[in-house]
Amino acid sequence: MPYVTQEEAKASPPTVATPAPGWFARVMDHDLMASFLASRVTVLAALVTLALAVLALFAPLIAPYNPFDPAEVFLIDSLNPPRWLPAGDARFLLGTDDQGRDLFSAILYGLRVSLIIGVLGVLMAAAIGITLGLVAGYVGGRVDAVIMRIADVQLTFPAILIALLVDGVVHALLKGASREDTAFGVLVFSIGLSFWVQYARTIRGSTLVEKNKDYIQAARLVGLPPIVIMARHVLPNVIGPVLVILTINLGLAVITEATLSFLGVGLPPTQPSLGTLIRIGNDYLFSGEWWIVAFPGLTLAALVLAVNLLGDWLRDALNPKLR
Amino acid sequence: MLAFIIRRLVQSIGVLLAVAFIAFAMFRFVGDPVNQIVSIEASAEERAQIRESLGLNDPFVVQFARYVGRAAKLDFGISYQFRQPVTKLLGERMPATLELAFVSAVFALVVGIPMGVYTALRRDSWLAKLFQAVSLVGVSLPTFLIGILLIYVFAVTLGWLPSFGRGEVVRLGDWWTTGFLTTSGLRALILPSITLGLFQMTLIMRLVRAEMLEVLRTDYIKFARARGLTRRAINFGHALKNTLVPVITITGLQLGSIIAFAIITETVFQWPGMGVLFLQAVQNVDIPIMAAYLLLIAFLFVVINLAVDLLYAVVDPRLKVTVRAA
Amino acid sequence: MLKFVRGAAVASFAGLLLASAPLQAKTLRFAFQGDYKSLDPYTLNETFTLGMHAAAYEGLTKRDPELKIIPGLAERWEVLEDGKRWRFYLRQGVKFHNGNDFNADDVLFSADRVRADGSDLKTRIPPEAKFVKVDDYTVDVELPAPNPILHYEWDTWYIMDKEWSEANNAGKPTPAAATTPSHAALNANGTGPFVVESHQPGVKTVWKPNAGWWDKPQHNLTEAIFTPIASDATRVAALLSGEVDWIDPVPLQDVDRVNASANASVMQGPELRTIFLGFDQYRDELLYSNVKGKNPFKDKRVREAVYKAIDIEAIKDKVMRGAATPTALMISPLLFDLSEDFKRPAADPEGAKKLLAEAGYGEGFEVGMDCPNDRYVNDERICQAVVGMLARVGIKVNLNAQPKAKYFAKVLAAGGYDTSFYLLGWTPGSFDSYNVLANMYRCRDEKGNGGNNNLGNYCNPKMEELIKQVLGETDTAKRNELIKEAYTLGQVEDWGYVPLHQQALAWGVAKNTKVVQRADNQFLFYWVTKE
Repeated sequence: MPYVTQEEAKASPPTVATPAPGWFARVMDHDLMASFLASRVTVLAALVTLALAVLALFAPLIAPYNPFDPAEVFLIDSLNPPRWLPAGDARFLLGTDDQGRDLFSAILYGLRVSLIIGVLGVLMAAAIGITLGLVAGYVGGRVDAVIMRIADVQLTFPAILIALLVDGVVHALLKGASREDTAFGVLVFSIGLSFWVQYARTIRGSTLVEKNKDYIQAARLVGLPPIVIMARHVLPNVIGPVLVILTINLGLAVITEATLSFLGVGLPPTQPSLGTLIRIGNDYLFSGEWWIVAFPGLTLAALVLAVNLLGDWLRDALNPKLR
Repeated sequence: MLAFIIRRLVQSIGVLLAVAFIAFAMFRFVGDPVNQIVSIEASAEERAQIRESLGLNDPFVVQFARYVGRAAKLDFGISYQFRQPVTKLLGERMPATLELAFVSAVFALVVGIPMGVYTALRRDSWLAKLFQAVSLVGVSLPTFLIGILLIYVFAVTLGWLPSFGRGEVVRLGDWWTTGFLTTSGLRALILPSITLGLFQMTLIMRLVRAEMLEVLRTDYIKFARARGLTRRAINFGHALKNTLVPVITITGLQLGSIIAFAIITETVFQWPGMGVLFLQAVQNVDIPIMAAYLLLIAFLFVVINLAVDLLYAVVDPRLKVTVRAA
Repeated sequence: MLKFVRGAAVASFAGLLLASAPLQAKTLRFAFQGDYKSLDPYTLNETFTLGMHAAAYEGLTKRDPELKIIPGLAERWEVLEDGKRWRFYLRQGVKFHNGNDFNADDVLFSADRVRADGSDLKTRIPPEAKFVKVDDYTVDVELPAPNPILHYEWDTWYIMDKEWSEANNAGKPTPAAATTPSHAALNANGTGPFVVESHQPGVKTVWKPNAGWWDKPQHNLTEAIFTPIASDATRVAALLSGEVDWIDPVPLQDVDRVNASANASVMQGPELRTIFLGFDQYRDELLYSNVKGKNPFKDKRVREAVYKAIDIEAIKDKVMRGAATPTALMISPLLFDLSEDFKRPAADPEGAKKLLAEAGYGEGFEVGMDCPNDRYVNDERICQAVVGMLARVGIKVNLNAQPKAKYFAKVLAAGGYDTSFYLLGWTPGSFDSYNVLANMYRCRDEKGNGGNNNLGNYCNPKMEELIKQVLGETDTAKRNELIKEAYTLGQVEDWGYVPLHQQALAWGVAKNTKVVQRADNQFLFYWVTKE
């Protein structure tokens, strides 16, 4: 999956702007709330996101079964269609998967796993990317060159290979660890390591522009240490676009997780994520058991759509030129 | 400027070396190639002998140095699975991947730009909203699922388009095979290109929309309006023209990733390109193919990045200072 | 001579038909999940590849649709000197595709080549067997001791042309560490019914019929085209849309869908591969378990409990959709005459719990399980089902399902047999029980000397003795009794493994195409006819 977004393109060639006030102040701005409430689509997206997050968070309380407990899953119940269909079983609202797991419960648990992996992975990517981008842009020179070349190297490695690498290293370090124990961490790391480049490039682009501005020059003249200038003065002014990338990336991270699962390096089917469920259901597309892929797929699509719409709105709302 | 180019070239070699190094370091974790070379019945001695003959028992650094030495002479070794030179295998597959990537990029541009323009100009029309929602499908479902769904609808149910492969190809010269010259070749391109290009299309549409919205509010557009220029002249003559620079830049950058990430699409459609070759190599621990593929992709990225950076330096004078300083 | 002339006449008649009616062209298009990698018939000992070689190459013997050994390039053979000398009479007038004559020199050359370094088929001929040329069309094989199964695997020991191989610098198979490519990997020159027209590894292979073939063709093809299609869904789609005439495998869940379609159906049949579970019954403490200081699998009651906890019928119905034959043996019933004498005990979770309690594991225990996820039919799903069934008798299994490259690297000798509990499949290459006994039931050391694929090191001195007797026995009835005794010891008394089932073959075949399905899963398109 490609990792460059429009944010990056916009940031890299420095289309420049007036120094903006801190992002936090803007979030709290009344205009922002007003624009949020004015857009029905955005409100709907926010509600969907919230609902899915709540479902995921309280999955163990809401789900009728625990799909992660093999003793509760009976093969004999496998491949039941959703309840409202003639062959459906009243116990299983959305039907069951190939192992006899209740699909509704599996989706809730899977959503939870996918969201946690996505959020942690994206946060990790952002943390790496922001730090390296700030340093590269602010310090410049050789440091900049090295960091950006590392970014080039990184872009070369498809996510699958990073996942294989992380997986291999983890298994080499933790001898005897099974896939069930490590897959989660491996995925978070793989997503973190695959996605940081665009944060770094975006931040670096804006930092390059920002650091020549008078207020930074002034801070330097006062003698503040670079680290303080970076963290306190540059960062707040360049982090706006990152928020947007974060939201868009969250969807991408969940999809990447699904893709890695398709390639055999995702979460094990004993602890399915949304992506694993889609991969399993993918095998049953032609055979008539459409529900195994349809419901997890719809859930994923709803999540990604909602989060992306929020991201769109956020980008427009934070863009002073669009006011 | 010349000094900048030379410095970047030197850095690029560094990048390639680093890729090779990391690639090598990780191959040891992917699996044991010997298992893929011999059958399960092979004896322990036989396996040991093959390990030795492949040099897998040498220290990592020695293996790496040996590889770099050969690679410098463009000798990337012999594939474990196919017993053929890797250069030849990749060369045979490259046209398939490049043609697929090219058509996907064209698809993304030709569909993405007009949609972006429309959604920017008619921001509140229902059609614009529909476009935006539909385009998001491209980023809401995993590529493999989109590919299978397309196959199901257009190959199995409707029977309009082929489900796999490249169709008839025509050989051009020693190194190139093309699917552009036959009907079956062109038909075979449609589904994979859409699958691969959908993501880029969404990206470009959203990018064009965002840029257009910004440009339309700038003073010079207002000025143009005040001068009484026609709507069409303003929208397309000025606004769109200004949005195209970032669009072209990003398409350039994306071309590299399209090629690198065609892996999934190629797998779903059994497209005989480099991506499939690479994925099989990963599954079979075919180290020479993996290493050469990564180096090739790294090379493409480096060249594209270099071109883009040079372009910036030419286009945006403010960057020249930074470039010189770098 | 007369026969030869008639063959030529038939060939030219066929040619005439072709020329006058190009619409009669019969092209077979087919797809398999894996690649046809090298054309060199000695570089990979893998079922599908061996079947593909059979289009262009032939062995001294062949096997018919029922797997019975029939003459190939050898017209007949006899066993002399109490089994220590075999005499093969070669077929005369046979030509390789390039026009060279086939004779005894080619057989001697091929016997050396298949045993050379870089060959993956070294086991086709015992290292001590000596090939002697009696005359141009007679070859003797001298053995130090009788070997009744000498020629069992010779249908896939393909004869190559000495002159051609040596002229093209392919006198030896290309080793994996080669630095120059092999001519024989990209070109084929056999005596078989088809000539390779083009071969692009991993992309496409095209064959045309061999007009000068010595035997009467049983196919009516004018061309055969192979393409690998790795993705299950895409492969099925290609069959359903009529783009290919044959695919293997059809995923079990898609069998009904294919059968319901207008233009294709599924051919199912038993396969020779046995899928089974194995235990580490050697280490004093399991590598992956919460039981410390002892190894629960050393207790045969625990092994029996695992066996009885598994509801093989549920796996057959739900995971395999009926396309499996539950088995009590580690060899296909098709390959062992007395297999009827073995019955699988019924699933008995309560009995399993009791056995575990007797063994001191009433509270249950945890164990890690290794499983491939891209090797056998529904392998990962079988493992998942096993996890659920064992959970209900108190054994908590932590499943570690991985792609085959990583799985085999871990569990085989090279990985130090790094497993406690695993799923594996086994097909005896010689179609004979000795192969199973030697690989699965012989003791081994840490390096794998002995029963190399006895991953959990099942080891019983009584078994060692029996296996030796089986090897030396030439009387079929006595030999069968010995084999039965060995299986009784290994399975009924020691519960050495948990055999699960023979997985079924599932080929997807277009309705206008007739194919022959052999239980070894080789696809031989010289038996294919198209309407």
